[in-house]
Amino acid sequence: MSVARLTLLHTKYSLLETLRVPIAVIGTIVFPALALLFFVVPQQSVAGDEEFATQAVASMAVFSVMVGSLFSFGLGIAENREKPWDPYLRTLPAPGIARVLAHVLSTGLMAVVALVPLVVIGALLTAARATPLELLTGLFAIVVAGLPFMLLGICIGYAFSTKAAIAVIQILFFTLAFAGGLFLPPLLFPDWLNAISQFLPSRQARDFVIWAVQGGELEPLTWLGLVGWIALLLAGALLLFRRDEGRRFR
Amino acid sequence: MATLASLANVTRRFGDVTALYDVSLDIRSGQIVGLLGPNGAGKSTLLSLVQGLRRPTTGTVELFGGSPQNARNRTRLGSTPQATALPETLRVGEVLEFVGAHFENPVPVGAMLDEFGLGELARKQTGALSGGQKRRLSVALAFVGRPELVLLDEPTTGLDVDARRVLWEAIRAQQHAGATIVITSHYLEEIEALAERVVVIDGGRVLEDDSLGAVLARVNLRQVTLRSPQIGRVAQLPGVVRHSTDASGATTFYAQDSDALIVALVRSGVPFENLAVRGATLEEAFLTLTDDRMERA
Repeated sequence: MSVARLTLLHTKYSLLETLRVPIAVIGTIVFPALALLFFVVPQQSVAGDEEFATQAVASMAVFSVMVGSLFSFGLGIAENREKPWDPYLRTLPAPGIARVLAHVLSTGLMAVVALVPLVVIGALLTAARATPLELLTGLFAIVVAGLPFMLLGICIGYAFSTKAAIAVIQILFFTLAFAGGLFLPPLLFPDWLNAISQFLPSRQARDFVIWAVQGGELEPLTWLGLVGWIALLLAGALLLFRRDEGRRFR
Repeated sequence: MATLASLANVTRRFGDVTALYDVSLDIRSGQIVGLLGPNGAGKSTLLSLVQGLRRPTTGTVELFGGSPQNARNRTRLGSTPQATALPETLRVGEVLEFVGAHFENPVPVGAMLDEFGLGELARKQTGALSGGQKRRLSVALAFVGRPELVLLDEPTTGLDVDARRVLWEAIRAQQHAGATIVITSHYLEEIEALAERVVVIDGGRVLEDDSLGAVLARVNLRQVTLRSPQIGRVAQLPGVVRHSTDASGATTFYAQDSDALIVALVRSGVPFENLAVRGATLEEAFLTLTDDRMERA
């Protein structure tokens, strides 16, 4: 049985499990769309300006992928670690990489679906504009910019219990979203907040995606920061993953 | 007989706790091996090593001649999830399909459903199943990939007598079809009904590894409780393997044949009162086995 086939198999059943609780799916998809409707659409100064509106939609897209990744990986892993079904799956003849890839694929697919209402609302109710090519580069940039949040989610999932993970994720995503300029554009930030903001992965992800869609200058701090966060969080995720072995028996 | 799985001088520690100590064991094809021991004896740890879920602290574990950590060596292995582990939102048929899809030549889902009496439940979500139905599905999952070696961890715990017998029948049918089965239990009755070879394990050590008959003779004890001023003389009677006195002064003697012991007791003329006879629990029998080992060592 090839890894590719097993990955698709696990992706299929992971999605099936998710779809069986439709309200959870709707929550993932509706939350960013609502945020766009409430925070951006009513503000004519932003929604009516092509540049600002496009940036706002890109910010919401980053927000959507960030929240999706943190919850899916953070909460998903923390939950699975508490359920005996996960160790059972590990006894089946499927290598671990197939299950990890399946998690990434199913989360990624849900994240892409969640982007659809954002793009539609952005196109219909705001002045945001992007050519199909710009949308495509934007999508590609989001996949890269989503990596730190996937890895952060993995770290949280292995470090905390389900209940603790929920609290940690909620505090993190709100702080990261606000201080990263995903709700309010950094243009409105005081200098001190802007300085801190530039070191956050959410701000770097936002700037990276906006650069991919709108072009212009990419600050070295943005891509260096993203690479740094990915390296740091990858190391953390591997460390916590190893530490987890046999943990529930102590 | 081919060796399907083997443990050689395996020790596994969890922090300060030693779950298995210097265990060596070969599982050969065609048998039903009963792994008998009280809760916490190390049975589940032993299975998890064979499944590749954990690595031994020292010693080696082999599955089909290789490391159980390698997924390829697990293609001929079947195991059961805990009944509470089934993904609640998936349907019975879907869970069988999903697990079966990991193997080269799985049993068709329909045949599996019939064999384990799950026919009408195929479209039910597993969260809606009763305890007994969940157990049956869990055990069915172990067999769906036509495995050569099947590990069943306490397959009938919590089931009523009828449900237990139904499941035993299904397990026996699988063995006749050629599967080698390792079954853990803390019920002597279950091991008696299924196993041919019995491995008794307690405190992380293998205490006995013998045919069912031989092990039963050693663990199937009766206890005779009485009060007497001459405990020492009673203890010397033939058939007494162990005795202990509780705080109230009553002494319990363990023997395989309690009738013979009582006949001998009466003939000896030793004064006694408050005589009571009952079967020994498995835990009590294990204590006797552990004591034996200490004396021999």
